[in-house]
Amino acid sequence: MAATTMAKAINAGLRKALENDPKVLLMGEDIGKLGGVFRVTDGLQKDFGEARVIDSPLAESGIVGTAVGLAMRGFRPVVEIQFDGFVFPAFDQIVTQVAKHNARSAGRTPMPITIRIPYGGGIGAVEHHSESPEAYFAHTAGLRVLSPSNPLDAFVMVQQAIAHPDPVIFFEPKRRYWDKAEVDESLDLASAPSPFTARVVRPGSSITVACYGPMVRTCLEAATAAAADGLDIEVVDLRTISPLDIDTIAASVRRTGRLVVVHEAPVFLGLGAELAARITEQCFYFLEAPVIRVGGYHTPYPPSRLEEDYLPDLDRVLDGVDRAMAF
Amino acid sequence: MTADGGPELVQLLTPEGERVHHPEYDVDLTDEQLRGLYRDLVLVRRVDSEATALQRQGELGLWAQCIGQEAAQVGSGRALLPGDFAFPTYREHGVAWARGVQPLQLLGLFRGVTNGGWDPHEHNMALYTIVIGDQTLHAVGYAMGMQRDGSDDAVICYFGDGATSQGDVNESFVFAAVYNAPVVFFCQNNQWAISEPLERQTRIPLYRRADGFGFPGVRVDGNDVLAVLAVTTAALQAAREGQGPTLVEAFTYRMGAHTTSDDPTRYRVSADLEAWKLKDPIERLRVYLARNGWADSDYFASVDAEAEAMAVHLREGCRALPDPAPTSMFDHVYAAPHPLVEAERAEFSAYHASFAGGEH
Repeated sequence: MAATTMAKAINAGLRKALENDPKVLLMGEDIGKLGGVFRVTDGLQKDFGEARVIDSPLAESGIVGTAVGLAMRGFRPVVEIQFDGFVFPAFDQIVTQVAKHNARSAGRTPMPITIRIPYGGGIGAVEHHSESPEAYFAHTAGLRVLSPSNPLDAFVMVQQAIAHPDPVIFFEPKRRYWDKAEVDESLDLASAPSPFTARVVRPGSSITVACYGPMVRTCLEAATAAAADGLDIEVVDLRTISPLDIDTIAASVRRTGRLVVVHEAPVFLGLGAELAARITEQCFYFLEAPVIRVGGYHTPYPPSRLEEDYLPDLDRVLDGVDRAMAF
Repeated sequence: MTADGGPELVQLLTPEGERVHHPEYDVDLTDEQLRGLYRDLVLVRRVDSEATALQRQGELGLWAQCIGQEAAQVGSGRALLPGDFAFPTYREHGVAWARGVQPLQLLGLFRGVTNGGWDPHEHNMALYTIVIGDQTLHAVGYAMGMQRDGSDDAVICYFGDGATSQGDVNESFVFAAVYNAPVVFFCQNNQWAISEPLERQTRIPLYRRADGFGFPGVRVDGNDVLAVLAVTTAALQAAREGQGPTLVEAFTYRMGAHTTSDDPTRYRVSADLEAWKLKDPIERLRVYLARNGWADSDYFASVDAEAEAMAVHLREGCRALPDPAPTSMFDHVYAAPHPLVEAERAEFSAYHASFAGGEH
């Protein structure tokens, strides 16, 4: 089994979904002949035709709004928003329509729509190409929010998202698109874990570090570095942001007594704030230290020459760990 | 812009009830069908006036009146075939009537007992959409789905003059045009977006917007049920035949307030309303039917009696609409179980159970 990149793993997952369900459609800007700006949909239009892999007009609200109608007609649209910072023209359709149709129709018009969004920084991009808007979507009832951290999860989870009856915002960590790992494409989806579960990706006893998407690799590297100093970090890959798999995180914190939450998104009102509140409620007597958050600042995403200062890196993760261990 | 719709206005029945001919559009209806349209118009107006009264009595939180727009809605709604699909705003009570949605089902949203009210698939009519213009994209997406199904059905999409300023409406025009989607954009230009007159939305007649998107636009007398039926039928037929979208601008007038919370005396003069009353959609059909001997005073009285009986039924039904169970707010948030919603449902139920027996 050859190693494959995350971008190719998602491509393989999309291909499987198209093969397995004739109602699956792909739609987005430049996803056809070009194969998407990150080549995630490379070759799919050639193999599945223009009726199923649709190059859309350059209008994000139009992409999501028409997906609502396609879903009402019985299709399973998988739409691509080209970059995180371009999702906002579609924000109204996502929040007022996609998220609410199942509830207001009492289940008559579910919205099995997957909205793929390459997100996060670290690739030296220009403004609006490096953002982490996941909290906006997690805050909205009716949406599910996933973010894989590695090629195998990406391959499996994109298929699970497409097959799911609820709308899923699928955040792809764009700086990890080129990370490689072995992916068994013959894997039976039925045997895969639910996408709405977190996973302990590195067991440890000293402290829990919870993270997702692009930060999982960073946190694993931090854990390796800390091990040299005798600190045994447990790394939990959240995988799902809504619903949160709070049980897995709480179980880890009950073992270690400490929690650091790491994400690229701004700390203020980010996922770390929610986790800190919930872990404090559920694990109060197990905590040896306050929950520490490491993430982006309350600034616009900076010009790319400054992004290394904005994004959590190995040192900032370990600084957060040190602050938690100091109690 | 001409206040009377200008020479481009397609009209088959004048405000005085004279049947006139148009070089491009016509309808051929039996006198029974004509009486049926009259009955539709009267009953829809009665639904509207009863719902307005129910709001004044405190039974509804709000009502969006359709008075004056009955011909636009009934004429276009009756042009639809069973397999067609309609996407309404929140004012399409006449379309709902034509699609077989029960008037009582319209009231739930305005009474606050549901955010929906009917099964969209049962009536081939989407739920009311309150965010202005959002449904136009849904309509185009649905039409794209019809194309992929090889269907020869079509979609009709309703919106108002104010909505034409929305980005989503313009995006829906682009998508429909480039994909040649089988959709009829039915714009009821009732001259007012709450307090803002048409001049705040456009400098050209709305039907001409279609030119820029590359599909035909037509302006029809929205108070002439025959012309609306003819124009909409033709536009739907073009869509079925693969000729893509049409923009129909139904030139009409919002004779009531925007909603029961609005006060139009603050922004428009009563002379306008008086002028439009002379173009009333019901009166001209009544005159036409009577003059040709297709309906007599007994018939008109029977329709009025039916309307009154329906109003009584609607009033009683509205007052009897139960409040939903409190825990129902947790239902259908997701199509599959979601642990946070289930945990909060349990928390909510436990909180309420703590009051049982009146100990607290």
